[in-house]
Amino acid sequence: MKPDRSSRPLGGLLLPAILLAALACVPLLSPPDYLMHVMITMLLTALAGTGWAMMGRFGLVSFGHGAFLGIASYTMALLWNLYGITPWLGIPIGVAAAVAAAVLLGYPSFRLRVVGHYFALVTLAAGEIVRILIVALRDITGGSLGMTPEQAEPGMGFFALQFGKVGFWWIALLAWAGGLLAWRALDRSMSSKALAAIAEDEDAAASVGIRVTREKLKVTMISAGLAALAGALTAQYRMYLNPESLAGLGISLQIVFGAIAGGMYSPIGPTIGALITIGLDESLRIGFGTQFIGAAPFVYGILLVLFMLFLPRGIAGLLERRRRPPQSAATPAREAAARP
Amino acid sequence: MDPFLLEALLNGVLLGGVFALPVLGLNLVFGVVDVIWLCYAELVMVGMYAVWFLYTQMGWPLALAFAVCLAVVAMLGLLLHLLVVRPLLGSPPISQVLATGGVLFVLQGAATLVFSTDFRSLGVEMPPMEMGEVFISGTKLAAFIAALTGAGVLWAFLKFTYVGTAIRAIARDREVMPLMGVDPQRIYLIASAVGGALAGLAACLLVVQLDVHPFIGLSFGPITFMICVMGGLGNMLGGFLAAFLMGLIVSTGGFWWNTEMSYVVAFLFFILVIFLRPRGLFAR
Repeated sequence: MKPDRSSRPLGGLLLPAILLAALACVPLLSPPDYLMHVMITMLLTALAGTGWAMMGRFGLVSFGHGAFLGIASYTMALLWNLYGITPWLGIPIGVAAAVAAAVLLGYPSFRLRVVGHYFALVTLAAGEIVRILIVALRDITGGSLGMTPEQAEPGMGFFALQFGKVGFWWIALLAWAGGLLAWRALDRSMSSKALAAIAEDEDAAASVGIRVTREKLKVTMISAGLAALAGALTAQYRMYLNPESLAGLGISLQIVFGAIAGGMYSPIGPTIGALITIGLDESLRIGFGTQFIGAAPFVYGILLVLFMLFLPRGIAGLLERRRRPPQSAATPAREAAARP
Repeated sequence: MDPFLLEALLNGVLLGGVFALPVLGLNLVFGVVDVIWLCYAELVMVGMYAVWFLYTQMGWPLALAFAVCLAVVAMLGLLLHLLVVRPLLGSPPISQVLATGGVLFVLQGAATLVFSTDFRSLGVEMPPMEMGEVFISGTKLAAFIAALTGAGVLWAFLKFTYVGTAIRAIARDREVMPLMGVDPQRIYLIASAVGGALAGLAACLLVVQLDVHPFIGLSFGPITFMICVMGGLGNMLGGFLAAFLMGLIVSTGGFWWNTEMSYVVAFLFFILVIFLRPRGLFAR
């Protein structure tokens, strides 16, 4: 863990604040719609990745973060379509529902010491459950065809959280900055030390008085909440919800990929990852045209393998840490080369 | 007894037989190499495409297409181990799992690029068999018998051959076996090839029942991992039994509710098993 730059609570925030203000002014340059769209998507993807990495970096690897995106976005959209409850309220309710689901899944997992592969598979199952439930409840969710939030009546756009790209740019920017602030707050608290100790050795951590279940649960709730917020905002921005793109294994692995590629040990890593994945996505879409559906996963997959082989700490790891982590290099045993 | 329930139960057993093969393959690789192949279902998908291509496009006899499929997927297993898994053997498990997850995307993307997202059907169907009031699909029954035979051959291989004994030994204690003169790298290679061949066999049995498309792996991949864990990772017999249990849950779930809800129930059951019996259903 890096020591804090300053002991003051807001120390070291000046530069980020200036950067944020500069980003907030981007719409004044009136960039083309397409560019705005890509940048908003990047911010929201970055938020989801930041949420995932928040727990991923402590060895709590989730393959089911799609569940939180799905719960929050569908809760929000259904509240609006069925009861006319504004997304301004719907999003907090949806996020709360996702956090509640995270507790429901996390508490027994941590209490009963479900770790490593097992935890990953439990979250995978949870993500799939949410996806299948959305498909199965097709009478109200539209099933695999997806659903669209109803258009607001003229003049009610603000109430319905439906406005153009500029408005969403600011909302996405705020949400993203909120995610980074949450990361910073966690890093400055005792919890991050406790979690680092837990990741190293759970029994030893417990023996020095760290409340393992509580600490893990806390970071899981934050992580799920951020991912859920990203999911709800994405759905509201696109005005379209689909079980495949908001829940299940596919989207969960995409979130993981972004966070890993950017580097999950650095606060800015998942954002770098989102820039790369969305940038790659768009250039492949332009480059391959109709072949895009096949080419994108193909290229992603190769990159993911290469990252794991050569750059497991991601791009941020490359930028941040000059000194190599004290980790023994993989040993391709020599004796194997001798015999086929 | 309600004939529909009876039919659901029988189908569950047949389904379990189909689940059993990939579960055994995954278990073998995990037990021996200690790496989870997240892309296992995609290896099966490649095998299914191989059979479909050779049989319908090239006009090869089905048996020959099956044999080539086995060889191709076994080779893929070897390549996967050599190119991706072996360089990562010293890395944390998360890197290994994610790298094989990358292979999952590569295979999915490649299949989409080569074969498009269309559903491809083999068009082979055996006549259904009637037993009293119950109808059983002949194809499913044949696949079931083939799966049991495959499992039996695997068991005999592990039990009675020298290499099989070495495989079982290394799964039990990977520290000591190298001292006994067993080269772990060689055993890893063999286990990966056998694991691949089992995926190939599963592909042969699935392609006669289901249409193949690039994303078919996502439909049975997750449940395969869950069965594997439920049976106890590395525990062959446990995985084999858990496959039938899960088959019954999915199939009778379709009888009580609908197919989708039956998967929800199966996954919830999996989560409960992990909470209550983390070492697997059949751990002592």
